[in-house]
Amino acid sequence: MHLKIRIKNKFRLRILFLFLIIFNFIISTCRSEELNKITFIPHWVPQAQFAGYYVAYEKGIYKKYGIDLTILKGGPDSSSVEFLEKGKADFANMWLSTAIQKRSQGLKLVNIGQIIQRSALMLVAKKTKGIHKPEDINGKKVGLWGAEFQIQPKAFFKKYNLKVKVIPQSFSVNLFLRDGVDVASAMWYNEYHSILNSGINPEELTTFFFYDYGLNFPEDGIYTLEKNFKKEPSLSCAFVKASIEGWLYAFAHPDEAMDIILKYMSLAKIPANRMHQKWMLERMKDLISPQDSKTPIGILLKTDFLRVAKELKENGFIKDIPEFESFYRECSVHAEK
Amino acid sequence: MNLSIESVPYMLKNRGIAFKLIVLITLSSAFVFLIIFSYNYYASRRMIEKNVGENARNLALSTVNRIEIVLRSVQAVTGNIACFLENSTSKKEELLKFLQITVENNPEIYGSTIAFEPYAFDKKLPAFAPYFYKENGKIRLKNLQDVFNYNYFILDWYQIPKELNRSIWSEPYFDEGAGNIMMATYSVPFYKNIKGDRQFMGIVTADVSLEWLREMLLSIKILKTGYAFLISKNGTIISHYNKELIMNETIFSVAENRGDALLREIGRKMLRGESGFIPFRSIVRGRPCWMYYAPIPSSGWSVAVIFPKDELTEDVVHLTRTVIFLGITGILLLSIAVVLNTRSITKQLREMSQAAERIGTGNLDIELPPVRSGDEVGKLTAAFHYMKTSLKEYIAKLTETTAAKERIESELKIASEIQMGILPKKFPPFPDRTEFDIFATIKPAKEVGGDFYDFFFIDQNHLCFVIADVSGKGIPAALFMAVTRTLIKAKATPNLSSGELLTKVNEELCIGNDSNMFVTIFCGILNTKTGEILYTNAGHNPPLIIQDGGKVKWLEVESNIFIGAMEQVNYKTDRIVLHTGDALFMYTDGVTEAMNESEEQFTSERLEKEIIALQEKPVQEIVAGIMKQIISFAHSAPQSDDITMMGIEFKGSDY
Repeated sequence: MHLKIRIKNKFRLRILFLFLIIFNFIISTCRSEELNKITFIPHWVPQAQFAGYYVAYEKGIYKKYGIDLTILKGGPDSSSVEFLEKGKADFANMWLSTAIQKRSQGLKLVNIGQIIQRSALMLVAKKTKGIHKPEDINGKKVGLWGAEFQIQPKAFFKKYNLKVKVIPQSFSVNLFLRDGVDVASAMWYNEYHSILNSGINPEELTTFFFYDYGLNFPEDGIYTLEKNFKKEPSLSCAFVKASIEGWLYAFAHPDEAMDIILKYMSLAKIPANRMHQKWMLERMKDLISPQDSKTPIGILLKTDFLRVAKELKENGFIKDIPEFESFYRECSVHAEK
Repeated sequence: MNLSIESVPYMLKNRGIAFKLIVLITLSSAFVFLIIFSYNYYASRRMIEKNVGENARNLALSTVNRIEIVLRSVQAVTGNIACFLENSTSKKEELLKFLQITVENNPEIYGSTIAFEPYAFDKKLPAFAPYFYKENGKIRLKNLQDVFNYNYFILDWYQIPKELNRSIWSEPYFDEGAGNIMMATYSVPFYKNIKGDRQFMGIVTADVSLEWLREMLLSIKILKTGYAFLISKNGTIISHYNKELIMNETIFSVAENRGDALLREIGRKMLRGESGFIPFRSIVRGRPCWMYYAPIPSSGWSVAVIFPKDELTEDVVHLTRTVIFLGITGILLLSIAVVLNTRSITKQLREMSQAAERIGTGNLDIELPPVRSGDEVGKLTAAFHYMKTSLKEYIAKLTETTAAKERIESELKIASEIQMGILPKKFPPFPDRTEFDIFATIKPAKEVGGDFYDFFFIDQNHLCFVIADVSGKGIPAALFMAVTRTLIKAKATPNLSSGELLTKVNEELCIGNDSNMFVTIFCGILNTKTGEILYTNAGHNPPLIIQDGGKVKWLEVESNIFIGAMEQVNYKTDRIVLHTGDALFMYTDGVTEAMNESEEQFTSERLEKEIIALQEKPVQEIVAGIMKQIISFAHSAPQSDDITMMGIEFKGSDY
């Protein structure tokens, strides 16, 4: 199954890559000599989750698109939403659910590229705790992260009518490993692999991907303020296109991408594990590649938008669902203007 | 396959002794050497591995103990604080003082906090967590509720012991505040009984620098490059000589990187608190090693000591190389010794085989190799010498004997020729005499025999004819025959009857006949005018008379003793008158006693029968016919006696 998808993706990626090269050529011949200085903040510390941006930066892809980019250091102390809101960053990475909430709250931000198509959020449990299906979670201690990380689990609990004891979960999986909780939240590309690399075998774990339970919340997307976009849509789209090209390059050259990521992790003094980052990059490829091979990377589907917005509204996170057309600006439309 | 198996001995079969010995001795000594060497190598390795197992176990356990002592002392101190908190109702100042003193008095503790549940210490405080720590030798206070923005409750050091309701060591971490040193925190939950309900109040922690632990582990040097490493409860590498790995890799990420499922299983065993001695590929370079791993019970970490296999067996390998060198040299020397020794043996054998070949061609004068030793080859050489001498002597003797025999034989031959030469051989002997027809033949046996015949005229009308057989064979018989014949001729005078003639001959022969030889004689005197024959038979076979008209009968004879045996014997004379056409057939016992292959004799009956068949023929043809019959009868059987026949036919007088 996976193999098939990958082969399809590879083919599709190649076509896209070719297209981008031609596009670059047109752009570079037309653009002015002066580079646009812009800033971008990922919503977490450097890791393979953001490989595309670091690779595009390192490989000079942004410059090729006329952008002089500065990647700001994201992380628990630097909220990407806040940076965008306060004008500390021109572009920011954030979850779709976060962005819808912010838009609904009145922050005029726009999605200019939905990078991740598939939700990587999951629940994981040890089979030794007798958890094999959603119903088994009833009455168990479940570790949940804060805010937007709780939307899907709570909808999931509601769907299966589960009463659980929610334990706030930190960024480590130690609580789960020491059996402080029966079920833990995990990102497929991150915590799940950390658990595996703490000596627990996949067959000893039961996993619940929200994606599989009708709760697919596409996650990482590229955002900018609406006013910025309106001022210079081509710049925004150049940034998105350069970023996507960076992703494609990273998927095509995973070892080089690894080296780049590990370099940034080392600079940020974050414990780095090559195998972990390799896993993360491979999962990012799975998550970013659209299911429909005709769809290019970075498109936000209205169905996905509406699903997330509906769940947010039903759970009381938002009062009104923002208008899709004003929330999402598809670059393929705007770039030509 | 079959071919090669069979061809090996076949190949060997035709090779020289030296080659066989070299192959055999070299191969078998190499085989023995190999067995001894392999056993030695195997046994040495086993011994070393056994010792390594012991050493590794001791080293790991002593390391574990040293770590345990420190960790347990920290556990005790932290436990004491928790105990104090559960049993006192101290004010804030007393609490802080107590905590400060505890940190001050325990050098192994870097810092300690008492973190309370929301509003547990003070009904107005949503969080309270004073933290005393050491900085540049001074004790400082920090309020963690401020550091963590009133939310330390979800941090591992707080949340895990709280949820588990038990004390626990945290995963080691790098503490930036303390100068980026590795630390681990021991957390003890404490409780208070409120209205009979044991209620969770907070967590007491003690931070311990793990630098001493890492230094201790790094100071463990095993052989040349062996080392010790430590992994945490999550499998994270805490201590390793390669700093890159520390906190970045877990034993499982290393296993994933190597695709090594076995290493992953080892890691799981280590985390399960098991201990064991196993073959292991080192984390960085993947070298084959022995590893002993043992858990640190209080923290759930695991210590491993690594013994590189090649370094362990370095001495054995050295020894093995020397032994192999010595072994090969030994086998080579052995082969050379075998070559030299077998050469000296085979050289003599070769010389002897050449000598034997030449002796075979009859050359007995060749030099034989000298007898060099008393061993089998020496004895063989001596035997050859003896054989050569004996052969030479024998051949010399044989040559001599043969020469003598040849001389005698040639003399005998001459004698035989002389003997035969003296018998009348010309037929018809008297061509002018038509009254009778006479024919005689003699076929001598191989040896010189004693048969003879003779006929001569005594006077004008009297023909004396004799057929005789001397007893014995050889020269004496020949001589005796010659003497007898000469005597008969000498004594035959006219007017002497055959009996008187033989009496005279007997007298003469008896004189000086010391060898007791004798002769059988049939002697007749034919009156050629009348056909009258006076005859005497001295012990001889009686002749056959063939009468004209087809009648054949044995001649009636007066028996007389043979000549030469007894003196003064008067030999009687018989008389018969032959008519014209009658014939007399005389023979010796060589005729009737002629034998065929089945040792049957010709017999007188057969002779008579054959004579009857030939009676019409002239005497010459009768004699020849009988001879033919004898030859065909005897076929290939050798002739043992002279065959002599004589026939005389009276044809009548013309006048």
